Amino acid sequence: MTTATAAGGPGTDAPAAVAARLTGVSHHFGETTRPPVLDGIDLTVAPGEFVCLLGASGCGKSTLLSLVAGLDKPTAGTVEVPTGRPALMFQEPALYPWLTAGENVELALRLRGVGRGERKAESVRLLDLVRLEGAHGKRVHELSGGMRQRVALARALAQEGDLLLMDEPFAALDAITRDVLHDELTRIWSDTGRAVLFVTHNVREAVRLGQRVVLLSSRPGRIAREWQIDIPQPRRIEDPDVSALSLEITEHLRNEIARHGH
Amino acid sequence: MATETSLKESRAGDLAAGLDALESPVIVEQRPWWRDAWHSVWPVLAALAAIVAVWQIAYVLELKPSYALPSPADTWSAFVSSVSDGTAGRAVSLSLQRAAVGFSMSVVLGVAIGIALAASSLLRRAFGPIITGLQTLPSVAWVPAAIIWFQLTNQAIYAVILLGAVPSIVNGLLAGTDQIPPLYLRVGQVLGARGWTRIRYVLLPAALPGFLGGLKQGWAFAWRSLMAAELITYSAKLGIGLGQVLDIGRETSDMPLVVAAISLIFLVGIAVELLVFAPIERHVLRARGLTGRVSTS
Ligand SMILES: Nc1ncnc2c1ncn2[C@@H]1O[C@H](COP(=O)(O)OP(=O)(O)O)[C@@H](O)[C@H]1O
Ligand SMILES: [Mg+2]
Repeated sequence: MTTATAAGGPGTDAPAAVAARLTGVSHHFGETTRPPVLDGIDLTVAPGEFVCLLGASGCGKSTLLSLVAGLDKPTAGTVEVPTGRPALMFQEPALYPWLTAGENVELALRLRGVGRGERKAESVRLLDLVRLEGAHGKRVHELSGGMRQRVALARALAQEGDLLLMDEPFAALDAITRDVLHDELTRIWSDTGRAVLFVTHNVREAVRLGQRVVLLSSRPGRIAREWQIDIPQPRRIEDPDVSALSLEITEHLRNEIARHGH
Repeated sequence: MATETSLKESRAGDLAAGLDALESPVIVEQRPWWRDAWHSVWPVLAALAAIVAVWQIAYVLELKPSYALPSPADTWSAFVSSVSDGTAGRAVSLSLQRAAVGFSMSVVLGVAIGIALAASSLLRRAFGPIITGLQTLPSVAWVPAAIIWFQLTNQAIYAVILLGAVPSIVNGLLAGTDQIPPLYLRVGQVLGARGWTRIRYVLLPAALPGFLGGLKQGWAFAWRSLMAAELITYSAKLGIGLGQVLDIGRETSDMPLVVAAISLIFLVGIAVELLVFAPIERHVLRARGLTGRVSTS
C-alpha cells in the first residue's frame, strides 16, 4: 500500500508517467457489512490533466480525495501519487485567521522547506498569479469569499506536489464569482501545468472545466461512466456545446440517483 | 484578434476587481477607546462611592468599636501614609516581582504539561482529571507542605504559586486545543505539518484564544496563592510583601493598615488584568476579526 510519497519531486528526474493512480480502491468506514463507500475504483490522472469527478452528494467524492491526499488509507487497493504530497483545497477556504493572506501562503512554503529569503518573494508571486496583488498584508476577515478562495488556491499552489485536489471549492460562492474563478482556474491550470482532480456535484461546472468527466455512482461508489471533453478552452459555462454535454451527463446522473429511489 | 482577446482579458480583470471591491467587508471605525473605557468605569466608581457611604454610616452608628471598624477617613490616611513613606510601594513591588517570576514559571510548566496532555490521549485520560481536581483545591492548603519542604524561603512561595496556577494554565491550553475547528487540523496535515511544526504553526496559534482565558485564570490563581503564601511565611529574611503587610496589621491590631493592604491586593490584581491581559486579548481577537464591528454593505 503506497500512499503519496515523493519519489522524485517536481523538476527532478524524468517526469512521472502519472500524476495519480488508483487501483482497485475500496473503502468503508467502520463495520464491513454495509456496502462500502467506495468499491473497486480504478482511476488514473495523467500529468497536467484536468479531471472532474462528478457525483451526487454522499457518494464518496470527499472520501476519495482524502485517500488521494493521504489523509486516510483505503481499506483495499492502492493509491499512488508519485509527484509528492498533493495539495488539497476544501469548500471552505480554511485559511488561518491568525495569519495574513501572504503569511498563509508563506506557511505552506515554510512547511515544504523553502528558505526564509525566498518565501516572501514566492508568496508575492503566487498572490499575483491569483490576481491578489495588494492583498499580501490583509487579514483573512478583511477579504471577500472569492478572494479568500483565491488565497487558498495560492496556498495550494505553494505546495510542491504536481497534483491539485479540489473538493467543491466554489460551491459556496455566488454564480458570477464562481464564473470568474472558473476562468482564473483554467488560466492558472494551463500556466502551471499541474494536474487537477476536481470534485463537484455541479454538472455544468464539471463540463466547463474538465478535459475528462468521471461520473461516480452512489452506494457503493463506483465509476459509472466517463466522458472525454474536446471543447477547446477557454470555454464559457453558457456555451452551447457545454450546455448540450451537460444535459446528457445530467441525464445519466439523474438515472444514477433514481436507482436508489425504489 | 489579439486586441480582442486582450480586451476580453481586461474585462475579466475588471469584473474580478469589481467583485472584490463590492464584496470585501467594510471594517467600521472603532469608537475611541476612552469612550468605551468611560462607559464601563463610571458605574464602578459609583458603586465604590456607595460602599464608602455605607461604611461611613456604619462607623457613625458605631456598629463595632472603632479599632475594629475605623472610619473611611482614617483608613484613607493610613493608606496615604503607607504610600507616601514607601512601605506600600516596596511591598507591592516585592509581591509583583514574586508573582511575575512565579507566574512565568507556571506558564512554562503549564504549557509543557498542556502540550504533552494535548498530544497524548492516554496521558490526558490519566492526568486530566487530577489536574482539574487540583484546580478546585485552595492553594493555601499547600502552604504547610511547601514550608516543610523548603522552610521559610522564596522557594516555598514559588511552590505554592506553581501548584495554584499550573492547573488552570494546563486546562486553559487543553480547552483551547479542544476548540480548534477540525478543518484547521486537516489543512495542517495537508500542508505537511507534523510533530513539532504541527504544534508550533497549527495547534498553539489556533488554541490561543481559549488559552488566553486559561492564562488569565492562571494569573488570578497565582496572585491569590502568593498572598496565601506570604501571609503564612512571615520571616525577617524574606522581606515584606503585601501578604506580610497584612500579617503585620493583624499582629498589631492595625485595622486601617489591614484594609489598606487588602485594597492594594485588590487593586494590583485588577490592574494586571486590565493593563496586561485585556490589551493582549483584545489584540489577539481583533487580529482574527473576532471583535471588529464588520458590515458587508
Ligand atoms: N468519517 C466517516 N465515518 C463514517 N461515515 C462517513 C465518514 N465520512 C463520510 N462518511 C460517509 O461516507 C459517505 C460518503 O461521504 P463523502 O465522501 O463525504 O461524500 P461526498 O463528498 O460525495 O458528498 C457518506 O454516506 C458519508 O455519510
Ligand atoms: Mg464532499
